[in-house]
Amino acid sequence: MTATSLRQRGPKHLLSMADLDRDDIEQILNLTESFAEVSERSIPRVPALRGKTIAWLFYEDSTRTRLSFETAAKRLLADTMNFSVGSSSVNKGESLRDTVETIAAMGIDGIVVRHGAAGTPRQVSEWTDASVVNAGDGWHQHPTQSLLDLYTARQHLEDLEGKHIAIVGDIKHSRVARSNALGFSAMGARVTLVAPPTLLPSTLDAWPVEVTHDLDAILEELDICYLLRMQLERQGQAVVPSLREYHTEYGLTSARADRLPNDALIMHPGPMNRGVEIAGEVADRPAAVITEQVANGVSVRMAVLFLLLGSGLDVVDEQRAIA
Amino acid sequence: MSADLAITNGTIVDADGIRRADLRIENGVVVEVGEKLDGDTVIDADGLVVSPGFVDLHTHLREPGDEEAETIQTGSRGAALGGFTACVVMPNTNPAIDSLAVVQQVLDAASDALCEIVPAAAMTIARAGEQLAPMAELVRAGVRIFTDDGTGLQNARLMRTALEYAGGLNHLTDGFDVVLAQHCEVESLAAGGVMHEGEWSSVLGMPGQPAEAEELMVMRDIALARLTGGRVHFQHVSTRGSVSMIRAAKEAGLAITAEATTHHFTLDHSACQTYDPAFKVHPPLRTEDDIAAVKVGLLDGTIDAIATDHAPHTRQAKERPFLSAPPGMLGLETAFAVANTELGADIEQLVRLLSVNPAYIAGIDDRHGGRIEAGRPANLTVLDLDEEWTVTGAAMASRSTNTPYEGRTVRGRVRHTFWNGDHVVDMGEATR
Repeated sequence: MTATSLRQRGPKHLLSMADLDRDDIEQILNLTESFAEVSERSIPRVPALRGKTIAWLFYEDSTRTRLSFETAAKRLLADTMNFSVGSSSVNKGESLRDTVETIAAMGIDGIVVRHGAAGTPRQVSEWTDASVVNAGDGWHQHPTQSLLDLYTARQHLEDLEGKHIAIVGDIKHSRVARSNALGFSAMGARVTLVAPPTLLPSTLDAWPVEVTHDLDAILEELDICYLLRMQLERQGQAVVPSLREYHTEYGLTSARADRLPNDALIMHPGPMNRGVEIAGEVADRPAAVITEQVANGVSVRMAVLFLLLGSGLDVVDEQRAIA
Repeated sequence: MSADLAITNGTIVDADGIRRADLRIENGVVVEVGEKLDGDTVIDADGLVVSPGFVDLHTHLREPGDEEAETIQTGSRGAALGGFTACVVMPNTNPAIDSLAVVQQVLDAASDALCEIVPAAAMTIARAGEQLAPMAELVRAGVRIFTDDGTGLQNARLMRTALEYAGGLNHLTDGFDVVLAQHCEVESLAAGGVMHEGEWSSVLGMPGQPAEAEELMVMRDIALARLTGGRVHFQHVSTRGSVSMIRAAKEAGLAITAEATTHHFTLDHSACQTYDPAFKVHPPLRTEDDIAAVKVGLLDGTIDAIATDHAPHTRQAKERPFLSAPPGMLGLETAFAVANTELGADIEQLVRLLSVNPAYIAGIDDRHGGRIEAGRPANLTVLDLDEEWTVTGAAMASRSTNTPYEGRTVRGRVRHTFWNGDHVVDMGEATR
């Protein structure tokens, strides 16, 4: 497999981590390294997407992901178009398809979609010729989050083959969990989900994972402890008796963090609930690479946008061109 | 003497079985069944099957309320093209069919229909599950089936009351037991579920409805049928557990009937992986194991009828995200061909499931289903069991296109349909 395989296959969209195999992921992560180097320059700009137009179609509140994508696009000198759902025709009852076709008619190359309903980016991809990037769809997928997590993990652990990652928390309602279960296992890592049964899907038969309800039993063998944000309103749905009990049973307390191996990483997609899924003090330890994840998000999204929207040049050539 | 029409050289399949015979229709009635008949018009049915017209126990024609999705006229044209001569139309219209006035409105709208429109009425006012609809008044207007379809009646006490009250209406129906048809779904367990709860909902990140949400209400209503002696019809049975419980209840002698839709024995929940809302339906598409159980139930008589649950939705409604799109699929124009292709039933079984049994359940077996014999209204369909064709939503008579079988090749085609002798489908084309 060569570095150009993903490009030669001509993927048009990034909708799910299920679309990517290990070689694809490695290619994206390698490209991310080049863009990370760009980001460190005094003028962090490359004209790789000059003349391309990207529209943001965010149907769900997002500050972090959206800023990250916007920064990535700016560094590639792409033009961007912001479709603000709150003040748009969507509130006047326009259908999703009509919205997409309206934006597409203005001439765009890419659409970055976030929506509260699973599968929406895939539907959008069927209504436009532009490339579609899934920036999070309901409980389903958040592929760029997974890629930035893999990139961050790889920076510290080098090869992820055989490494053991625990994903802890509200798996059932988490697109990050669905993406990372696929992403980490594609890279050869062992993935264990840790959650009470009420925060797991009723079956995990199709997931490449192991499951436990006992975080304490596996702490010493982990290379990564990945904590998910606990949706505070879940308490009201009575899926956990109380946030206090959740913290006691499933939170990464100081005592639990002390039992992790010295070189283990603590990761979190943000935003954190300090004192719920992670003790406030633990989030500030050197092992917690949470702000690195955010920083790497920009470079990963540059790589993804470039791969999907870049000019006809071979990836290697373009890497050379931007170097 | 008025013009007559003969159907010759065909194979008649009806409640009596299979036989070779010609028949002659005059003034809307079958006047003769025999050998070597002739008429002013002759349809050569050599190699074709002549069946009593099909009866759909479960049709949504959207009128009144959502005429952009379907009207009684367009839906009935699709029905005729599918071989149906009667459709029991569901009351989840807007307004709901819960009063004499709306029943009359539906019957008025059916004046230009291409098949008989048989209104089912809501069990409760506005299908709200709180207060019984005026059942006696509605029965006097001809209603024989009550249902809150779209939702199940959640309140067990009210379901008991409805069954008990219905038991006192026989004097208005010449002894026919009024049917309470139930869409079985315990809302507190199914709440928010948009597909079957299983490995696909888990991977796709969509809230699921467990099979048990259906089965708990099947269980409850079997118990209430036993308690009251009332007649319960289970709509769109979709799970192995439901089939088993209904089989046991029938063996115990309870007055229970059941239907299954074509989609619940041909499509499984993996269809949802494209997030195409064409595959969103309630109850949801289940597992291959459930499909196998529903097929066995249809073949062994546990499930009495194939119904369509024909549920048109506009293009824009089905272009919403899967989570928020309305549930439902077209079915009238594909039911016979899909069943003929996939069920593994012989033509006698298919005629029982599509015509004889549903006509009996709906209380319209005086004019639909039954036998093809002199003196009966000419409600007939002529079928080619072997013709293959490819399903296309855009080519259908329905105002909507939300078929789940788009692009699929199926076997079996309706060549002619006669409704009270009116030649509403001729050589596969609607005549009006």
